[in-house]
Amino acid sequence: MGLTDIAKMLADGTKDTLIMVLLSTLFGYIGGLPLGVLLSVTDENGLKPMPALYMVLDIIINITRSIPFLILLILIQPFTKAIVGKSYGTVATVVPLTVAAIPFIARMVESSVKEVDKGVVEAALSLGAKKFTVITKVLLAEARTSLLVGVTIAVGTILGYSAMAGIVGGGGLGDIAIRYGYYRYETEIMIVTVVVLVLLMQLLQWVGTLISKKLDRRRG
Amino acid sequence: MAKELLKIEHITKSFDETVILRDLSLTVKEGEVLVIVGPSGCGKSTFLRCINGLETIQEGSIYLDGEKINDRSANLEKVRQKIGMVFQNYELFPHKTVLQNITMAPMLVQKKPKAEAEKEALSLLERVGLSDRKNFYPRQLSGGQKQRVAIVRALAMHPEILLFDEVTAALDPEMVREVLDVMLDLAKEGRTMIVVTHEMSFARAVADRIVFMDGGNIVEEGTPSEFFDNPQTDRAKKFLSTFSFDRIEKKDEYAGNPI
Repeated sequence: MGLTDIAKMLADGTKDTLIMVLLSTLFGYIGGLPLGVLLSVTDENGLKPMPALYMVLDIIINITRSIPFLILLILIQPFTKAIVGKSYGTVATVVPLTVAAIPFIARMVESSVKEVDKGVVEAALSLGAKKFTVITKVLLAEARTSLLVGVTIAVGTILGYSAMAGIVGGGGLGDIAIRYGYYRYETEIMIVTVVVLVLLMQLLQWVGTLISKKLDRRRG
Repeated sequence: MAKELLKIEHITKSFDETVILRDLSLTVKEGEVLVIVGPSGCGKSTFLRCINGLETIQEGSIYLDGEKINDRSANLEKVRQKIGMVFQNYELFPHKTVLQNITMAPMLVQKKPKAEAEKEALSLLERVGLSDRKNFYPRQLSGGQKQRVAIVRALAMHPEILLFDEVTAALDPEMVREVLDVMLDLAKEGRTMIVVTHEMSFARAVADRIVFMDGGNIVEEGTPSEFFDNPQTDRAKKFLSTFSFDRIEKKDEYAGNPI
């Protein structure tokens, strides 16, 4: 395999990885953000305590989060197949990644929202705001710095998971690292792949930190 | 005689086993400035929070303008618009500018057009001497400025009654004055106010009526001069003495236990 082939393979792998990670993060937030808000609101100190609902959600999330990602990947293969038509490849990997991301993201959103000062919430209530308004205009608005830090962590974690998906033919950089580095002992390709992953992670972290700092009004 | 604006009848509030307010009744007339004083933990702040439903009461009734407001059927959002509250720790929205802090509720809750809400916010800011700070974020303000913004935020909703919950307790002494001056101004304007405070000389200056609370109930009430110059109950006397003789008591303490 020539250098240009390797470069093309890595470029494709990077593209696939980015697609997987970004799609999974997006779907993860579509599911995880409302779930996380629901958790923080129904908590005993929340805006509308609903202990029974909180307990059910809490347990479901804990169970999902305790399943190792590799096992989850295999466990939900029938589900993945039902949704995308096959259980391997870049697109198919988005399904287990999303399933793993939702409870994880929900927890982070929950903790971000809970960080919002209770006094500020009371101030909003005392001004006559409805609970829904408090959620959208106060809780989410005031938690935004922490939520963005959460996005950065989520993207990083999903990037790590996406590499694991390589073991079952998941596509992307993880797949390349495993196929060449592990199965064929082509250490150089593995190392280069890992370096690309490291660079991606650095870049994501840098951008994430930059944006959250820009949006933080609590510090100068 | 001015009409009764707020009427509280036999309310009881407890957290688990601890009773905070017991069988408390009180009436506030329109335009009246009521100052509640009393030792820490006597239930003053909880009492204020019960009025606008931040705390639920177990027994009793609260009427605003003759309408019962502590029912499940009462529209709490509507009621709270009529009751402005200012908190000890300001509770401004940290990610909003001064102007946004003030216009948010009029725009979102009362659906006022932005231009109108801003115009009114600016004139209120002018009144408290902060119009040049409209684009500042709360962290860029001093404590006294934050509290003045918080007062303006409450005023912007045109409440019928204002509740002040120890609004100067977190301030440095030199900032207390600027906040109290705003409150005196509001009192002169004829606003109905319930003020919980530890500033006794301010209480005397601003109050139409002083209510002394202890142990979750009203122990004594009267005009400022009645209460401060001629307290009737021993508990009120003892409470007031802690303000005037603080230093001498300490001297006595040291005299008995030489260091």
